[in-house]
Amino acid sequence: MGKIIEVKNAIVSYRDNVALKGISFSIEEGEMVGIVGPNGAGKTTLLTLINGLGKKISGEVKVLGHFLRRKDLSSFRKEIGYVPQNFSVDPRMPVLVYEAVMMGRYGKLGLFRRPGPRDHLCVREAIRLMELENLQYRPVGNLSGGELQKVALGRALAQEPQMLLLDEPTANLDLKAQDGIIALIEKLHSRKSITILLVTHELNLIPQSCDRIILLKRGEIFGSGKMKEMLQEDILSRLYEFPVRIVTLDGKLMIVPYQEGVINGNT
Amino acid sequence: MEILSYQFMRNAILASFLGGIACSVIGVFIVTIKISFIGVCMSHATFAGAVLGILLRVNPLYTAFLFSFFSAMLVGPLADRGQLNPDTAIGIIFSIMLGLAFLFLSIIPGSKAEALSLLWGSILTVTKADLRIMLGITTFVLLIVSLFFKEIQAVIFHREIAAAVGIPEKIIFYGILILTGLVITASFRTIGGLLIFSLITNPAAAAYQLTFRLRWMFLLSAIFGVLSCLLGLLFSYWLNLPSGAIIIITSSLIFALALLFSPKKRVYHRL
Repeated sequence: MGKIIEVKNAIVSYRDNVALKGISFSIEEGEMVGIVGPNGAGKTTLLTLINGLGKKISGEVKVLGHFLRRKDLSSFRKEIGYVPQNFSVDPRMPVLVYEAVMMGRYGKLGLFRRPGPRDHLCVREAIRLMELENLQYRPVGNLSGGELQKVALGRALAQEPQMLLLDEPTANLDLKAQDGIIALIEKLHSRKSITILLVTHELNLIPQSCDRIILLKRGEIFGSGKMKEMLQEDILSRLYEFPVRIVTLDGKLMIVPYQEGVINGNT
Repeated sequence: MEILSYQFMRNAILASFLGGIACSVIGVFIVTIKISFIGVCMSHATFAGAVLGILLRVNPLYTAFLFSFFSAMLVGPLADRGQLNPDTAIGIIFSIMLGLAFLFLSIIPGSKAEALSLLWGSILTVTKADLRIMLGITTFVLLIVSLFFKEIQAVIFHREIAAAVGIPEKIIFYGILILTGLVITASFRTIGGLLIFSLITNPAAAAYQLTFRLRWMFLLSAIFGVLSCLLGLLFSYWLNLPSGAIIIITSSLIFALALLFSPKKRVYHRL
């Protein structure tokens, strides 16, 4: 296994606001890495830096063994499945679930080519993995938030990518849908051994099977390491500038705001 | 059948057919990507360009296309970059185009009838040359839609996702804007610079109410566009009223009917 992503001293700025301040990190092939940090830490910017949707001011970004260059961004993107934050569509959008998942194939197909049997096979497989069989001929605009998120994941998967970039995949979902999406992500990682970078600001929704966590704060890497090393009360309290406590519920680490006298017994 | 005995009516029917298809197919992009204001801005740019052509005594088609092309190249990046609110940026270009149109109108020496006729169009005076241009543009639009259907579908669905899967979404999006300019340029003499925008929006908006399939939306929109033009033409002939206005009223009625019988409305109520 080699490095699939290498970022060195990357600086990204939106006019006066420096979103990433010279960060460096690398990701090994097949790893699942959680990117965690408070709002405005630069988590989404970091993902868009990797798939070239974001523009860096300086530094180096090497993805899949090649330096990212403007002219060949399209060919890189075909290998990267990206699920953006707050994926929503117009309720009247004239697109069915099957068609939305098929869009994952369009980049690889290239111009002037129509989907063939192999593309339909990939789409059916992605639909099966995402448990969308009953919804495949429904208009995407009629789906719930959780179902729509599954479609977004299915579309990224149909791309047969070498890595997945997931930006807050459980945002705005209810508890059941959140749990379902996390379970699907863990299933994908274990079955396909695909490299996954998952951004979240919700600490309790980091998949337990994450190999590593990168903590981001104000555009800089605050810490990086195994889950157990990073999920420490003092580290997280400093990261969020807010006192937190870690409790264990049914063998799972849960992060809660610290309030004297409220948490007892389970810690 | 008496109506078909006149050459000018036969030309007008052909123009209705071609203009109806081209405008309503372009309308599918405008309605689904929700860039109606960009469309309004570009139809005014086309009008300003055409008036400049009359002023300079060159073919208004050329200057109209130049203006619509440059406004597409200006409006697209401005709406994308977010340095200004897109509506504000497009509003500024729209007002510049309107200002230029009135400026050119005011300095045309002598009669301004030719320039003013571009505002409401004149489908009954369509020439063979106009028809050839319309046929060329309509064929080109249909060819582009069928060749790039999947890329267009992805851009309509979600531009960021289209870019993320490796589709050249900016080229497709700006191409759509340029195509809009081309269609407006080819049809403004027949439909009219101000009325054309309704023919772009109404049939597509009606089709949007009726189907969840993009292919069907293109087809329905084209049918509604042709129907609006042909029925509008017939009514204007029988009632002796301006054709452009009646075409627009007909297309609005079709939209109202589609809205009334929209299956999507029932879906909304259920949700």
